[in-house]
Amino acid sequence: MAQMNMAKALNLALREALDEDESTMIMGQDVGQDEGVFRITEGLLKDFGPDRVVDFPVAESAIVGLAIGLCCTGLKPICEMQFSGFGYHGFHQIESHASRFRNRTRGRFTCPMVVRMPYGGGIRAIEHHSESREAIWAHLPGLKVVIPSGPRNARALLRASIFDPDPVMFYEPKACYRAFKEEVPDKPETLEIGKAEIVREGRDVTIISYGASMRLVLEAADELEDEHDIDAELIDLLSLVPMDTELIMESVRKTGRCVVVHEAPRNCGPAAEIISRIVEDSLLYLEAPIERVTGYDLVLPFFNIERPYMPDAQKVVTAARKVVSF
Amino acid sequence: MPRGKIKLENYVESLSILEPNGNVDAKLDPKISDKDLLKLFRAMLLGRRYDERMLRLQRQGRIGTYGPALGQEAASLGPAFAMRQDDWFVPSFREPSAMIYRGWPIEKLMLWWGGNEEGASPPEGLRDLPICVPVASQVQYGAGIAWGCKLRKEDHVCVTFVGDGGTSEGDFHEGLNCAATFGAPMVLIVQNNHWAISLPRDKQTVSQTLAQKAIAYGINGIQVDGNDILAMVVATREAIDKAREGEGPTLIEAVTYRLGVHTTADDPKKYRSEEEVEHWKPKDPLARFWKYMKKKGLLDEKSRDALEEEISAEISAAVARAEAFKPDLTEPFYHCFEEMPNHLRAQYAEFQAYLDSAGMSESNSGAEDQQLSRNIEAY
Repeated sequence: MAQMNMAKALNLALREALDEDESTMIMGQDVGQDEGVFRITEGLLKDFGPDRVVDFPVAESAIVGLAIGLCCTGLKPICEMQFSGFGYHGFHQIESHASRFRNRTRGRFTCPMVVRMPYGGGIRAIEHHSESREAIWAHLPGLKVVIPSGPRNARALLRASIFDPDPVMFYEPKACYRAFKEEVPDKPETLEIGKAEIVREGRDVTIISYGASMRLVLEAADELEDEHDIDAELIDLLSLVPMDTELIMESVRKTGRCVVVHEAPRNCGPAAEIISRIVEDSLLYLEAPIERVTGYDLVLPFFNIERPYMPDAQKVVTAARKVVSF
Repeated sequence: MPRGKIKLENYVESLSILEPNGNVDAKLDPKISDKDLLKLFRAMLLGRRYDERMLRLQRQGRIGTYGPALGQEAASLGPAFAMRQDDWFVPSFREPSAMIYRGWPIEKLMLWWGGNEEGASPPEGLRDLPICVPVASQVQYGAGIAWGCKLRKEDHVCVTFVGDGGTSEGDFHEGLNCAATFGAPMVLIVQNNHWAISLPRDKQTVSQTLAQKAIAYGINGIQVDGNDILAMVVATREAIDKAREGEGPTLIEAVTYRLGVHTTADDPKKYRSEEEVEHWKPKDPLARFWKYMKKKGLLDEKSRDALEEEISAEISAAVARAEAFKPDLTEPFYHCFEEMPNHLRAQYAEFQAYLDSAGMSESNSGAEDQQLSRNIEAY
């Protein structure tokens, strides 16, 4: 076991994959010589060479488009979008081809590729560097959308995504890259994509979140317990597609109350889907209307005033108290 | 730094071998064997008759919208002949002659235009991608396939097709630029048929030729008479040889003409003159090839008629097979992911219940047994 932050843990997962499977390769802007703008690919060019760790021309659409072709030849590309905000160039290739190659060729050609995208606010970055647009990808049939929240699950989920037979959009909460460390096992570890985790058991209210928001949800849970005598159960989704509906229902049926938290805008956001499923499946177990703590339906402001526009522990505490006291 | 001039090697080659009257430039004649010439002629005739039959089927409501390749047969068939069977073939959607030549069962193409994904599933044993609709998007995965061959140290090349309209897309630029940057063995064939639905070639770009775009990417470019089967064979063969030798991609502009509609959903009279179409008719690749074959003594009217009959029967048999195809209504659920996740399992159950209640389950049973064979016979 070693203590490491998420950046190191992701690097470890990449290194393990390159080491184990010769068909894997990394491609993206500045991932080689510069070791990635967030240093996630540190040391990999040196150890695996320029054919496996490819400094790609500045062409996000081509990163994804060429990766699709590489998949046809049997390779497993791991693409890095420098920021998710630049990933929209790749949208066309992902929607038109990566997500549907398996279906349209009846399984003859598939796209076992990963598109890593650093997302989210809170790092004082310039315009276009802070959005949370995971719902866009979750809406496209044929894609998996995976979002880790800490070093250990990031390493295990990235490994699972690399070896998954289908295309995975891997959203990395960049606010978590260096925010904290965790024990990460020495041996490679895999988490099943589509399984959520209960990170804190509780009786009074289920708080569902994922990615960077898990930090503030944990903080809110402590405050709810210490100051308001509310015992919150926390679910870390880890994956939006597939989503662990079973675990959500189990928890909501137990607590009868629920708050969903994410940075992404509210309209048609992940919370809307989660709440729909709860209503369809467990309406009669609910003791109170469900609350959403999300980004507003606005473009996230420039970083100077970004903070109050993002979810925080106080907003989660307020929502949870409202749900519990209904 | 004073003002100066940067000298560029800015020329593109051009090539034409077989004249519209059937005469051939002896110095450039690739000297294809009689057997292969007959095979090629048959393939071109088949492509033409397939196209005509598809137009009729569309008019009769037996398939959906159809985009014919009428008059463009040589532009895809020449490259298909120049390729190795184990090379990669990445079509756009006006390459049916080449696809059939490479081994796609005719009924597969009919199924695609008839609204069945079965027609997008490439036959086992062929490194062929299916018809691609989003314009020029295939240039990117074509480049990726070519690059993959290089990275895997395989000696396959990837022949990719795009149209003149496609050269305006970002995907064309990104795909070709990256193929060049990575030295990927891709041969990109631009079928310049002069019309992107209603937009003429000269409004697509002010570039004098499309081939010259190669100069900007630092690769070889050549403008070929795309209605000249011999020139298309020679140009593609040279480009493939270079690609296989590690010299990177080539851009081939095949100058051809769309004699028919863009698709059955448009009427070209609205945007182009009859005179223009008449001007191109004598350059028809099939008429030209026929004159050549006749002059060479390889075919006469009698043997051609026999060929026509054979081809007509072949197409009719394919129509019968395509129309007997029964899609499995539930198949899309099985091909979204390798394993069906829970949310899709739930929707699958919901769909099954709907099929049951609508009385559609019974008619669906046994459909899976009717899947077309995805194997092809040896070439």
